[in-house]
Amino acid sequence: QKRRFTFNLNCPTQKMNLFQSITSALDNTLASDPTAVIFGEDVAFGGVFRCTVGLRDKYGKDRVFNTPLCEQGIVGFGIGAAVAGATAIAEIQFADYIYPAFDQIVNEAAKYRYRSGNLFDCGSLTIRAPWGCVGHGSLYHSQSPEAFFAHCPGIKVVIPRSPVQAKGLLLSCIADKNPCIFFEPKILYRAAVEQVPEEPYIIPLSQAEILQEGSDVTLVAWGTQIHVMKEVAAMAQEKLGVSCEVIDLQTILPWDTETICKSVVKTGRLLISHEAPITGGFAAEISSTVQEECFLNLEAPISRVCGYDTPFPHIFEPFYIPDKWKCFEAIKKMINY
Amino acid sequence: EYEPSHIYLNRAVSAGAAAVVSARTYADFTNEATFEIKKCDTFKLDEGPATQVVMTRDEGLQYYRTMQTMRRMELKADQLYKQKIIRGFCHLYDGQEACAVGIEAAINLSDHLITAYRAHGYTYTRGGTVKKIMAELTGRRGGIAKGKGGSMHMYCKHFYGGNGIVGAQVPLGAGVALACKYQGNSELCVCLYGDGAANQGQIFETYNMAALWKLPVIFICENNGYGMGTSVERAAASTDYFKRGEFIPGVRVDGMDVLCVREASRFAADYCRSGKGPILMELQTYRYHGHSMSDPGVSYRTREEIQEVRSKSDPISMLKDRMLSNNMASVEELKEIDVEVRKEIEDAAQFATTDPEPPLEDLCNHIFHNNPPLEVRGTNPWSKLKSVS
Repeated sequence: QKRRFTFNLNCPTQKMNLFQSITSALDNTLASDPTAVIFGEDVAFGGVFRCTVGLRDKYGKDRVFNTPLCEQGIVGFGIGAAVAGATAIAEIQFADYIYPAFDQIVNEAAKYRYRSGNLFDCGSLTIRAPWGCVGHGSLYHSQSPEAFFAHCPGIKVVIPRSPVQAKGLLLSCIADKNPCIFFEPKILYRAAVEQVPEEPYIIPLSQAEILQEGSDVTLVAWGTQIHVMKEVAAMAQEKLGVSCEVIDLQTILPWDTETICKSVVKTGRLLISHEAPITGGFAAEISSTVQEECFLNLEAPISRVCGYDTPFPHIFEPFYIPDKWKCFEAIKKMINY
Repeated sequence: EYEPSHIYLNRAVSAGAAAVVSARTYADFTNEATFEIKKCDTFKLDEGPATQVVMTRDEGLQYYRTMQTMRRMELKADQLYKQKIIRGFCHLYDGQEACAVGIEAAINLSDHLITAYRAHGYTYTRGGTVKKIMAELTGRRGGIAKGKGGSMHMYCKHFYGGNGIVGAQVPLGAGVALACKYQGNSELCVCLYGDGAANQGQIFETYNMAALWKLPVIFICENNGYGMGTSVERAAASTDYFKRGEFIPGVRVDGMDVLCVREASRFAADYCRSGKGPILMELQTYRYHGHSMSDPGVSYRTREEIQEVRSKSDPISMLKDRMLSNNMASVEELKEIDVEVRKEIEDAAQFATTDPEPPLEDLCNHIFHNNPPLEVRGTNPWSKLKSVS
């Protein structure tokens, strides 16, 4: 069964790219929730990726404001605002800069509810950050740090693949009563364009979406890599006659084990792909769980096609990323195992 | 190394004098002059840097050549970036040349320096060649970091980069200073950061450590008025960056005047070397380009403002005027330097464009220190690359 979000097909839609769909989600939030505030570096003029354009003029400078250059301060401040009852939406300018805030996220935000025995929580905190490779980002503008955060119970990590998903998932994160990190694939900000509903809608978290059903191989990815997987599935069908089931994980933590395992039980083969380095990347967690749950159903070892265990390179980026050819080769190996 | 230009032959007394290359005194030029410079504001200091300074003709010509080289190098980088020969991120330093040159004039090459990502100028003053810097920008194997670092990650002896993460270089600088103190070599570390970085937490942690342990570190805040697109008034509760050290004495310096920077740096270096601990300098400077090549630089400031700084406070023009009005050099002489600089930059750009890219094996090299070579897993499970250091 395909899991689909439902929305009124008759409601008006507008052609939006990824950053515009984010703006739309934030606009809806500021309109409906009087406690909502957006802050981060340069968000006032619209943000370096235009995600917050027009919001300050529309909702006031006490609701959309700039912070100084201090990631640890931004997230700590956001946790405080959320604990006090505001819907705090913090922006970290690039996911690569999130590490000064790592302590606040892991030690403060994630553990607040647990350590206070549910007396306090910072559930109304959402952290947004541009994520992933962009073609020329090199070491510090291309990272995919979802694996670091997947290791932390208490927060949710979500990554959309397209404008329609982005708006729905972001609104879900904001509504969710747990601190959420929302990574936005920066290469898709302008490149991905869809007809997006103007009204707010939510896409449930922790539900993977089956984009294409198949019977021979399960392909799992998230964010930008999903588009690569779709191409690979088409290539596999055309060149190898292999039918691929493509699944977008969407929520990294907590992830939808049921959908993935059910799919692998059906197909017997699994390929997981992400840009982040292979060792300790999130594919390792998926792989490990699937082999526990579906061991006897596996026809071939689970394949992970991921980035190298190197810092994200400057000049070598085209060789580093897990492109469609590498994934295609992996499918071939699995089929012929 | 600076050598007098051959054009002086026109003014030389006799052909025999042409054979002597160095240490000539020209009857036509003044060898040294005294200049009045702006008094620096000080914080927790009884006295500040000198306001009357002496500059010799040779020093002046050297500063001029260095600043002009930096200026032309940055403008060439701008050109190459627009031609997409340089890709990625590129943060240009033009307008701020007096800072790098002034600081270097006051310290030794055996001292240490670390800065943030607007580092091309410092790479040059610390000993990198224009050729290697440009080849690093274009990502070629002749680059100063073998093409693996790019614009933000250039290094050379006693120069620790070139750091992309804002503020992260400051604790590092204190660590280098600790090593200097520990080894008792009376070297110091110059640790630079910007006005945007001045609001990072780790900088205050570093102030505390440096003061507590009396480390020989000169903290320098290069205040160019804008942290990316945010002006200092909108980002900082206190824009007196030289006072931010609270328990560390501070000096505020006109960063557009190379002599001011040099004098203040000398003052700071003496302070550090005498074992009194860290000192903080704020250089008030300005950048003509935007934050990076993706920033036009005019959405948060007016073109008039940039033009005004260019016409009234340009560091190279200021030095040129000083030298010409004190008869320390001739217009032709300086023009000759310009021509030589232009040629050097052209040659470097040519090299940077034609040098081959680093070999693919370098993708996995230098991750760890390893002996024997380490296997690197990656994009597909059945192929492994080797990493060597």
